[in-house]
Amino acid sequence: MSSHAASGEGHRKPHLLAHSPQDNVAVAVIEGLSANTDAFGVITENDTTFAVHVRHDIPIGHKVALTDLKAGDTAIKYGQDIGKVIKDVAKGEHVHVHNVKTKRW
Amino acid sequence: MFKEAAPLEHEIATPFVGGAPDQFATRALATKRASENHTAATFMGWRRENGRVGVRNHVVLLPLDDLSNAACEAVANNVKGTMALPHAYGRLQFGEDLDLHFRTLIGIGSNPNVAAVVVIGIEDQWTNRVVEGIAKTGKPVVGFGIEGHGDIAIVAKASYQAKRFVQWATELQREECPIADLWVSTKCGESDTTTGLASCPTVGNMYDKLIPHGIYGVFGETSEITGAEHLCRERAISPDIADKWYTMWKAYQDDVIEAHKTDDLSDSQPTKGNIAGGLTTIEEKALGNLEKIGHECRFIDALQPAEAPAKGPGLYFMDTSSAAAECVTLMAAAGYVVHTFPTGQGNVIGNPILPVIKITGNPRTVRTMGEHIDVDVSGVLSREMTIPQAGDALIDMVVRTANGRLTAAESLGHREFVMTKLYRSA
Repeated sequence: MSSHAASGEGHRKPHLLAHSPQDNVAVAVIEGLSANTDAFGVITENDTTFAVHVRHDIPIGHKVALTDLKAGDTAIKYGQDIGKVIKDVAKGEHVHVHNVKTKRW
Repeated sequence: MFKEAAPLEHEIATPFVGGAPDQFATRALATKRASENHTAATFMGWRRENGRVGVRNHVVLLPLDDLSNAACEAVANNVKGTMALPHAYGRLQFGEDLDLHFRTLIGIGSNPNVAAVVVIGIEDQWTNRVVEGIAKTGKPVVGFGIEGHGDIAIVAKASYQAKRFVQWATELQREECPIADLWVSTKCGESDTTTGLASCPTVGNMYDKLIPHGIYGVFGETSEITGAEHLCRERAISPDIADKWYTMWKAYQDDVIEAHKTDDLSDSQPTKGNIAGGLTTIEEKALGNLEKIGHECRFIDALQPAEAPAKGPGLYFMDTSSAAAECVTLMAAAGYVVHTFPTGQGNVIGNPILPVIKITGNPRTVRTMGEHIDVDVSGVLSREMTIPQAGDALIDMVVRTANGRLTAAESLGHREFVMTKLYRSA
């Protein structure tokens, strides 16, 4: 059994998880992630870590931009297309239905 | 090869007040950890007349139609240990929709979690069609038509019969069965971003581990694969099955969504609960949803709604609605005996004959509505639990549930039995 995530001395709980190194958004996985936090993140696919300065209060489960996104860009999660950016979003800002929309239906 | 798990300290020291309880062990049951050896794992079930194995032993009062609900409920009130399954339909349906109605009722009665069935309908002919369909399993089944007799006389006759069935069924014994006799279905609900990170991959890990040992699996939710259809198509066992699946998926897009949408589906897909949980688009929801089928197994057929799998052990796709109660009812009708249900925001669904195991990775849901959760995998988000560890916790809960542990939904009385209707009745 893999034990890379087993807690122990020095285990640090992430604020954010991304699925793939290609993702430009990541998910808040703690309650109460507040604006102006220097957040610690992990990419689950390869266990690498990243840091991002979070600019908004982010409810658990909601997404943060990992790069500056422009209207017309594609939001990437799981390494896949999850919709189009409809308003510019700066790195560290909240990404949700107000700035990303489906390309379907 | 098995060892007894130690009881959790909080169960001894403090009463349970919230959060998901006892996921690894209970004091009451010395748990064999099925996850420690999948090949040798067994469970205690009821082997039915047709060889299938059930994990529950229900005696069911099955209404043919909406008009017969009252009589079925009256019999269930007279005879303890029975259960009525009221529903809304069964009159003036026709064509494919009527076929689905019969397939669902016959499938529910035939499910090995059901020991015996009393069918009550408004008239004899369609009632007999359901009785004859269920009788093919070899299990005890009788039917009664109300017309010409009235509710009171039929309730009396049906009650005598139901009492005989329940006394017969309660003497049937469980026997030890290989894990390969389990049919385990999956569908998620009130998803959020944590389902794609934790609870759906937990189910996928279970399937990757157990499908090679001969269990049957099934996933569905045709509309909620939109955005991940290119990935789903690649998971078919052959080009023929890939095409069969794609035709089903495309038909839903063309015949249902395009035909009936008023704007787009953004008001219902993702749901308001999904959006509150952080899911933004159907594509994002679909990619998380598809995590339920793991990474290694391939689906070997694409089934019609409520169609029983016929190609042997393995993973199947079923063309279903993404509404929880409709989908789970169709999977029960196909013969599945344990259901695994990842949830993010806390869907509370159950089914009368199919035990529904709830799995969540969302720590807020564990904290605020833990009484609905059977398996807590929130440690995946804090990186204190791996997906393979979460999969093992689920496998153990599947076997414990098969052995008789009531799920959260069963103990809270959730019996959502919802027929899928394809179009208006005549």
